[in-house]
Amino acid sequence: MSTSTSKLIRGATGDWEVVIGLEVHAQVTSHAKLFSGASTEFGGAPNAHVSLVDAAMPGMLPVINEECVKQAVRTGLGLNARINLRSVFDRKNYFYPDLPQGYQISQFKSPIVGEGEVVVDVPDGETVTIGIERLHLEQDAGKSIHDQHPSMSYVDLNRSGVALMEIVSRPDLRSSEEAKAYVTKLRSILRYLGTCDGDMEKGSLRADVNVSVRKPGDPLGTRCEIKNVNSIRFIGQAIEHEARRQIDILEEGGSIVQETRLFDPDRGETRSMRSKEEAHDYRYFPDPDLLPLEFDQAYVDELKAHLPELPDDKKARFARDFALSGYDASVLVAERATAEFFEAVAKGRDAKAAANWVINELTGRLNKEGKEISSSPVSSGQLGAILDLVHEQTISGKIAKDLFEIVWTEGGDPRALVEARGLKQVTDVGAIERMIDEIVAANPDKALQAKEKPAVIGWFVGQVMKSSGGKANPQAVNDLLKRKLGI
Amino acid sequence: MSVDAATVRRIAHLARIAVAEDEVEHLRGEINAILAFVEQLSEVDVAGVEPMTSVTPMRMRRRPDVVNAGGDPDAVLRNAPAREANFFVVPKVIE
Repeated sequence: MSTSTSKLIRGATGDWEVVIGLEVHAQVTSHAKLFSGASTEFGGAPNAHVSLVDAAMPGMLPVINEECVKQAVRTGLGLNARINLRSVFDRKNYFYPDLPQGYQISQFKSPIVGEGEVVVDVPDGETVTIGIERLHLEQDAGKSIHDQHPSMSYVDLNRSGVALMEIVSRPDLRSSEEAKAYVTKLRSILRYLGTCDGDMEKGSLRADVNVSVRKPGDPLGTRCEIKNVNSIRFIGQAIEHEARRQIDILEEGGSIVQETRLFDPDRGETRSMRSKEEAHDYRYFPDPDLLPLEFDQAYVDELKAHLPELPDDKKARFARDFALSGYDASVLVAERATAEFFEAVAKGRDAKAAANWVINELTGRLNKEGKEISSSPVSSGQLGAILDLVHEQTISGKIAKDLFEIVWTEGGDPRALVEARGLKQVTDVGAIERMIDEIVAANPDKALQAKEKPAVIGWFVGQVMKSSGGKANPQAVNDLLKRKLGI
Repeated sequence: MSVDAATVRRIAHLARIAVAEDEVEHLRGEINAILAFVEQLSEVDVAGVEPMTSVTPMRMRRRPDVVNAGGDPDAVLRNAPAREANFFVVPKVIE
């Protein structure tokens, strides 16, 4: 794979290419945990959602949650990946107080999902295909709190045993922009599938980032792994910093030590977690408490038959059926709720206008107030009615924006509001003519100027619109002005 | 396959078992004896044989996605050497 020169990083000794692979941990959407009947609910009182299995009491045995298996298969299908009809759970052994078993149940040699791929639109307009190496199911650990006591740590096992999907990419990413776009796309697919809520603030999606650098064409460099980065923006910053750090070391004649590092968002830098090095000997072996996980192709086919339309298919359909640009379509499909809102508005109306309103006015306003589209004060029905009023030329485009603002803050039926507040566009030629006559009479010099410089007509249009309170039909104003001014 | 003294110390550390220096040689002998015993299995030709995971041909049991456990922090914390406000309390583990 060759990298376009714009992605290379300039160093003192020439250009460098950064190579990135991501391990994304996505919390499976389920009511109960992977191997126990305790709740997965976020934010419970300490140790309120812990069964004796999660606390690793002697003699407790894990029993797998059927729904978590289905969610993993659905996700694999959404990533165009091979589903393994037989997979095996292994024990990954390490000691930490928030891991009461002394091992994490994970999948090592035989994961439930094999190779797949994700198509990613990078903001610069390029489309790249990122290989997925595997997806496996594993348990989350508990949470340690270190700042409550001078010499002790507090442990809450509520997360202990919650199902995670670890989604491992191939080292196919070549810039922080690509990595961010990949995680954004992955999150979008998971949210469409309903297999992970993608809530990064609650830790439902976090990534381990593997970064190495090389001169273009050289073999892969030594990599460092940045653990547990929990926002898309931080993933970008961590990569930028880590690539620069490695380049500086190499250009000064040093070499990279393969190690685990931590990203510090406050300082915007990565630093070594040296003490974790030895823990890398996980001594995996098959968990004797669990039989291999087996199902048949019919099971997979049944799940496949009920998958929702995914972002790539929806984007293609929007571009085709609504004649939208690739950019507009990809913005609209990024969130399922946005896509559904748009479809409701566009149905039976000018799709391009609907797309503009949803992408610009609505999304802009939602972002400004930090609201989700699901709690938009303007419903798809109300926005549709505003579009109808514009289409019928009952109101001008400018008034439509004012009306949107009124509906946003006060609610109500747009058509009734237009009647009640006298927002109707003035198409009465006589009324517009009277306004024009007044303005032309008051500005004879401008009227003279307009004959020589027709662009001055813009000033007159502005004056007429102003004096009509934005309600004059701009086309009618333009036509009448040209006649009156003799242009 | 046999292990040396350094490997014995490393295995003990990974398992968080305190092993005194004068025990290492003895343990090395025991571990090597066990390994030699297990080593006999390699005499059997298992080419093309699937690893056996169960003596009965059974499918792994699965549970429905229903919350039917938890909600009893006292039961979970009953054996904890130290607790506070329903947290387990352990010696500080942060670096």
